[in-house]
Amino acid sequence: MTTMATPTQPKPIKPAAHAPAPVYNPKSESAGGKRAKSVIFHILALTLTGVVLYPALWMIASSFKPNSEIGGANTSLWSENFSFDNFVTAMDGIGGVSTLQFFTNSLVLAIGAVVGTILSASVSAYAFARIKFPGRSVLFGMMIATLLLPFHVVIIPQYIVFQQLGLVDTYIPLLIGKFLAADAFFVFLMVQFMRNLPAELDEAARIDGAGHVRIFTSIMLPLMRPALISTSIFSFIWSWNDFLGPLLYLNTPEKYPLPLALRLFVDQTQSSDYGAMIAMSVLALLPVLIFFLVFQRYIVEGVSTQGLKG
Amino acid sequence: MTQSPTLNRRSTSSTPPLPRKSRQRGADARAGYTFLLPWLLGFIALTVGPMISSLYLSFTNYNLFDPPKWIGLDNYTTLFQDERFLQSVGVTLSYVVFGTPLKLAAALAVAMLLNSKRKGQGFYRSAFYAPSLIGASVSIAIVWKAMFGDSGPVDQGLSFFGINLGGWVGNPSMTMPMMILLTVWQFGAPMVIFLAGLKQIPADLYEAASMDGAGPVRKFFNITWPMLSPVIFFNLLMETIHAFQIFASAYIISNGEGGPAGSTLFYTLYLYLRGFSDFRMGYASAMAWLLVIVVGIITLIFFKTSKSWVHYSGDAK
Repeated sequence: MTTMATPTQPKPIKPAAHAPAPVYNPKSESAGGKRAKSVIFHILALTLTGVVLYPALWMIASSFKPNSEIGGANTSLWSENFSFDNFVTAMDGIGGVSTLQFFTNSLVLAIGAVVGTILSASVSAYAFARIKFPGRSVLFGMMIATLLLPFHVVIIPQYIVFQQLGLVDTYIPLLIGKFLAADAFFVFLMVQFMRNLPAELDEAARIDGAGHVRIFTSIMLPLMRPALISTSIFSFIWSWNDFLGPLLYLNTPEKYPLPLALRLFVDQTQSSDYGAMIAMSVLALLPVLIFFLVFQRYIVEGVSTQGLKG
Repeated sequence: MTQSPTLNRRSTSSTPPLPRKSRQRGADARAGYTFLLPWLLGFIALTVGPMISSLYLSFTNYNLFDPPKWIGLDNYTTLFQDERFLQSVGVTLSYVVFGTPLKLAAALAVAMLLNSKRKGQGFYRSAFYAPSLIGASVSIAIVWKAMFGDSGPVDQGLSFFGINLGGWVGNPSMTMPMMILLTVWQFGAPMVIFLAGLKQIPADLYEAASMDGAGPVRKFFNITWPMLSPVIFFNLLMETIHAFQIFASAYIISNGEGGPAGSTLFYTLYLYLRGFSDFRMGYASAMAWLLVIVVGIITLIFFKTSKSWVHYSGDAK
């Protein structure tokens, strides 16, 4: 469609690839001036880093401090009395359930979420990206629309149905959506990724007599590794941090994941033991922080190319 | 093979190679829907079905135990006389209206600061992004509550400058700034997206502008803003929609009550309380649908007005 206009109009702004990088320097800055600018940049950026990371550092520092030093007139991150006492208390758990159990529960839910999302989203995305079938664009549009839909509109009827099926207080309501590609974001991410893979791949495979199942499993899946990794990381973290889902569906503390256990902890200790509460918060975030340190590149690249939310 | 009659008719009226193609088309249709099955099932059973039934429930009185009773528009009319509801609307709107632009302004400013070839950019980018990953968690809500509590580090830090506000958590007029700071703290996610957008702007545009004697302000408004407008639009839309749905932080900070004095009674928190502690499922459904309608209208307004300020370059890619 745009071909009608393009031939007459040269592309307005696109430097030829071979053109030398234009070195334009109006004031012909001295090396010293450049260094000064660089120093100012780093001072600004480091100050900002300090401000941004302060809450996280404060949390970690507080988790090692005795209670008396957390609330008191003490903004410093250092303490003379560093100890692991808070973590010992936090590991005891709450309501007769050990924190290790909460960890296991969170892990089961998160791994279930990753497996379900990878399976369902990749298959659905293949259909949207690589197969031509009637109704595809309409369905794709609806999938995009669900990205913008406030999910609160579905939680009440979903709850009623799961309640009538006797599935409240099980993990099924929390996991079934993952196996049915209900997180449209991941389907969208994978569709975008697959659309950028050359079409010749499928055509060549088809000429060789491969069907969609073969093309999907032996060509697409291996090439989609980066998208599968971003999806795994984000579905793990989202599931790990999810609060509303478990709050709605789980009643017995033995089944609680960490966020819900934390709430129980807050309710029952009511700020009497800040240290243990914060230590438990640190423990709950630990896997996310480790994930972040290990997969930094993937996470930040994923956000910048796919517009993924944190 | 089972071929639909329409496909047969089309193939006989065309040149010989087509029958094979139409058979392929039939196979593709079958394969397409087979591959799409998980999403399709989820879409019908977990989205469309529940949406229809919550629309129905919004016109009823339903407490989960007795059968729903049709009451017409009563839920919707009661909503607008419900002071707690009106308060939750006010709280949520002020959060969206002040929090989102502030967060995006911070994101854009820091992205522009980082958009250079200096060393350490990758480190800063990661450090600034980190809060977005954990900001909505229960852990951070607990930390926020402790930090902004009586004689917490924020109170201490401010009184060092002679500002004595006391604890923010218990003060109804300070809880909103506290919640807004929590969302602004998570500026990293939109910042990373802005940064990716800024890198797409050709450097020679700025050089040409410099030669014409344009200063930084003119460069920002004549180059950066228009060239970045699709990204600004994307971030604005997504952040606004997300801001309407804040829940976990508000729940934890206010012990699930929306206090003090209803100052953290966010829309979704009130919806949750109505539906799952008062078991007024019909009422909560009406609230949910109202939220869908409002978010829908806002999305529509965004897209309509975007034509006047969002510029897509002639050739995508």
